Amino acid sequence: MLLLNASGCLDALTAPEVARQLDAFVTKTITPLPREGNAPPRIAETAHGMLNAIGLANPGRERFLAEQLPRLRELGVPLWVSVGGFCAADYADTCAALEDVAAIELNLSCPNVDEAADSAAEIVAACRSASDLPLFAKLSAAHPDVAAVARAVAAAGADGLSLINTLRGTALDRRLRPVLARGSGGLSGPALKPVALYAVSACHEATGLPIVGMGGVQTGRDALELVACGARHVALGTVLFADPGAPSRVRSELVAACADAGVADPDDAYGLAHGSSKSLESPARVTA
Amino acid sequence: MARHRVTGTEPVGPYTLLRLERGGLDPGVPGQFFMLEAPGRLLPRPLSLSLAPPGELAFLIDPIGSGTEALCALGPGDEIAVLGPLGRGYRLDVERPLLVGGGIGIAPLPYLAEALGGAPAVLGFRDVHHAEAAALLPGAEVCVDPVLVTELIRPGHAVLACGPEPMLRAVADLCPDAQLAWEAPMACGYGACYGCAVEIDGELKRLCVEGPVLDAARTLPRVEAAACCS
Repeated sequence: MLLLNASGCLDALTAPEVARQLDAFVTKTITPLPREGNAPPRIAETAHGMLNAIGLANPGRERFLAEQLPRLRELGVPLWVSVGGFCAADYADTCAALEDVAAIELNLSCPNVDEAADSAAEIVAACRSASDLPLFAKLSAAHPDVAAVARAVAAAGADGLSLINTLRGTALDRRLRPVLARGSGGLSGPALKPVALYAVSACHEATGLPIVGMGGVQTGRDALELVACGARHVALGTVLFADPGAPSRVRSELVAACADAGVADPDDAYGLAHGSSKSLESPARVTA
Repeated sequence: MARHRVTGTEPVGPYTLLRLERGGLDPGVPGQFFMLEAPGRLLPRPLSLSLAPPGELAFLIDPIGSGTEALCALGPGDEIAVLGPLGRGYRLDVERPLLVGGGIGIAPLPYLAEALGGAPAVLGFRDVHHAEAAALLPGAEVCVDPVLVTELIRPGHAVLACGPEPMLRAVADLCPDAQLAWEAPMACGYGACYGCAVEIDGELKRLCVEGPVLDAARTLPRVEAAACCS
């Protein structure tokens, strides 16, 4: 099991000491052209999570490749590059320009920009033609049938899945106006955990692909639950904001969480939630 | 992350001064800030250091929401996680400094005054109850709404200010060389979340990395292309 950060939740160049606690660093999503991001306010705390509407702020492909990527390589941490765009060619062109990184994560599910015009499978197929690097498709659990999307991107050539992205939400201020300038944003944090556990389970059963599980992980126990649902690796997102030492802490908590669950190590817990008679993908049948 | 024990809290007008054991933390430069765990909340809260007594760090807090209310409700012996010092504080290499504060924006000024070896201060508050906080800056000149603190600024000083945005804009108009401490919602305080982006040098940049103290010239509103052409 590798411990990663969720894309957009860490700037390794600003906080290298946090990135070095990870097994791999996932960049903020890179788009073909620079993006300044959305107007502030961009974040709002909610009862059990937070909303963000950053809007894929990034320096654009050209500056990322020329200025940021060489500096990121100096960290000595394996790099995953998150790739975004607005049509299949946007994604594929960036994939074609990338070499010598550990993996590419295709951000197919940012709630803070307008949706890409092409389907997830079309984008993955275009990227597959453009790159031999491992491709992880990051999907949204907001889709009514995330397992169907997972099957489609698997058929299009994805090597793995990243689950889940934030879910769109709104928070209101004292005067009943949206807190965020954009009106809505992506919900993250502990509120997402049950959604993430389900999506990982459903996509694991549907595809068997390696999955990077994320969504509301605060503790080693949370990470272990994602692994039990079918995640090969786990990523930390919102927890990094409150605790820059979270990767090391989660890793040490995993030891006790494994002992408590009766497994030798996290890999020993892989898919364990699917081993029982209770199917996670369909409702239990009642027999007369 | 290191946890720090609360040594005491005291009311200062409507605000609370929260004192923590310093532990191994550096108090940093005045104007820098710390992220304080807000009990029961997901995200920590950014607060600039108000005072650095020996062995302690003290923060002046306005209980305006659930997080700051939880911080004000802490008692001796409670422990919270603290991260910092973060960001960029005031430059102290100034001649004839004048501290300008508005409301809870006076928070970093007591520590700043101490670092400057004493400096005159002018403070503005919305009412006399809030103005009780001026006790943290003995000798300060104080005004209360409807008098504005900008009316107390005398020419010929290097202004170091902290307060609400309209006050900072007014100070920048009067004193183009002023150093201004801004605030913005922050999830992390260390450059990870990009939540605190504000317009700096004409583009959106992270306040926690570039500031929170900025030269006034860096915060001028951007001139839109359309406006230039009209």
